[in-house]
Amino acid sequence: MNEFLQQLINGLALGAIYALIALGYTMVYGVLRFINFAHGDVFMLGAFAGYFLSPVVNRFLPPQSYLGGALVLVLAMLICAALGMLIEFLAYRPLRNRPKLTVLITAIGVSLFIEYTCQHKAVFGAAPRNFPDLIPASNWHFGGVVLSSNQVIVFVTTLLLLGALRFIVQRTKVGTAMRAVAFNEQAAALMGVNINSIISFTFGLGSALAAAGGILFAMNYASIDPLMGVQTGLKAFIAAVFGGIGNLPGAALGGLILGVVETFAGGIPGLSNYRDGIAFAILILVLLFRPAGLLGKMQAEKV
Amino acid sequence: MHTGAKQFLLLAIIASVAVSLCSHWFNRYYLGVAIDIGINIILAVSLNLINGHTGQFSLGHAGFMAVGGYSAAKFALVLQPHLPPWMQPLLFVAGLFLGGIMAALTGLAVGVPTLRLRGDYLAIVTLGFGEIIRVIFQTTEAFGAATGLTGIPNWTNFGWAWSFAALTVFVIASLVNSTYGRGFIAVHDDEVAAGASGINPVRYKVTAFVIGAFFAGIAGGLYAHHKQFLSPTGFDFMRSIDIVVMVILGGMGRTAGVVIAAVILTVLPEALRGFADYRMIIYSLLIIVLMMARPQGLFAFGKSVQNKA
Repeated sequence: MNEFLQQLINGLALGAIYALIALGYTMVYGVLRFINFAHGDVFMLGAFAGYFLSPVVNRFLPPQSYLGGALVLVLAMLICAALGMLIEFLAYRPLRNRPKLTVLITAIGVSLFIEYTCQHKAVFGAAPRNFPDLIPASNWHFGGVVLSSNQVIVFVTTLLLLGALRFIVQRTKVGTAMRAVAFNEQAAALMGVNINSIISFTFGLGSALAAAGGILFAMNYASIDPLMGVQTGLKAFIAAVFGGIGNLPGAALGGLILGVVETFAGGIPGLSNYRDGIAFAILILVLLFRPAGLLGKMQAEKV
Repeated sequence: MHTGAKQFLLLAIIASVAVSLCSHWFNRYYLGVAIDIGINIILAVSLNLINGHTGQFSLGHAGFMAVGGYSAAKFALVLQPHLPPWMQPLLFVAGLFLGGIMAALTGLAVGVPTLRLRGDYLAIVTLGFGEIIRVIFQTTEAFGAATGLTGIPNWTNFGWAWSFAALTVFVIASLVNSTYGRGFIAVHDDEVAAGASGINPVRYKVTAFVIGAFFAGIAGGLYAHHKQFLSPTGFDFMRSIDIVVMVILGGMGRTAGVVIAAVILTVLPEALRGFADYRMIIYSLLIIVLMMARPQGLFAFGKSVQNKA
């Protein structure tokens, strides 16, 4: 029972990070209908932003303080939001009305470009680095179940960010415009919504969440490298499809379920080697039996 | 290509065997690159049948190549000690076809359930299957698991690689130009209209997938006997992307363009070896610039290609 609870906590912590990244995929898919392959790399850049910001922040705030950690997180989110908007502006905007496959391949190109540029020795280098402790590390024991402070931070931050996102999307003017663009781009444009700035904002928002995910991931797994976004990004994308792509609560739910399933599968002897394959197996099953995802609505394709 | 196709095939095979017989005159490094080119032509032309002619976006070609490579290599490793040396060529060809058939069966198993999906969903599912195939090889002890399969006999020479490349070009070009093959292009142009005209789109898509996978399997076998070493990491997502880029650079659905692209994209990384640090950065920029400037491919001249949204 203890082991079950422990695995559940570990799985939920991993799933919360997947959820944060999956939200970016699903939002971009909602407004542009394409898979932003470079999203996993923005997640990686978020972790590296945290790595380089931490010593800067420590100059005027005591190291390993909650305030310093929060500041690093917010700054990294802002940097990645700007990067996400820049990627959209340079690579995707010129291709806005092109066939989807052209944009998809461009996104793969952008992803490879970020990965290889970051692996260059003049940038980050290919070797993994140790991520600094942003907050005081401590473990709480609840009758055999260990809850680390990093995991608590993951849960608290994810909940706060999900609440903030829900508020932005449902209650603010720009959020309403986002939903309008996702619903029908042309009609939204006719109603006076500035499509370009809304798409830009969507990329910024998604990238900020990915950056938060990157820092939380780095805090829990302690090691970062330029290719950390590849597998994690793919799995977060799977989580988005699992929950129903274009659906925000679905992405969060999909991320949590995927994290838990993967952690439990990793704990079963014999299955643990297949851990990386499990997410893909789930993806294939979902697409075969419920292509719209858990919370997505089936839509008949118009001819 | 219609009338002279058989002569072309015969000529190409004779030429490649002739070059192969004189191979000791050439630099071994260049010969190795030439064999790589032949293998990449097979991969690119076979993927072109799926992605170009039939218009389905597959990102899992490396997975089929892995199935073919591992099957052929294991077959050779198991049987070689029990057979006399004069049977080697027979064993080699049998292994290649076994690899092709295994890959085709995998293609069938993957294709039947997934080809109902379209566009980027199909892309991501084929990517997923490619990764699952890789994970399976990575965990199966009989195939060397993560360390890979070593000691594969070096049987692929220039003649074999280019003969099979010529055979692939011949079969796929003839197929697409046949009455039956027009169905692939019909499915590519408009699936609904094709269905309304009595063409079963799913059947055509699965056929394209199985044939493409078969040749990818043969390419995998040639690759295994060329490099003499197989490791699961050699068949990752990047490998599939490489093949996709060849198809796009050559122009989707244009066999001649894809062959040229396969040659260029095999030679280019070798030529850029001096700039090893910047090689992949240039490569990825090339993809982005190409998509912005010439999404129809570098070698797509003549009739304009109307891309569907």
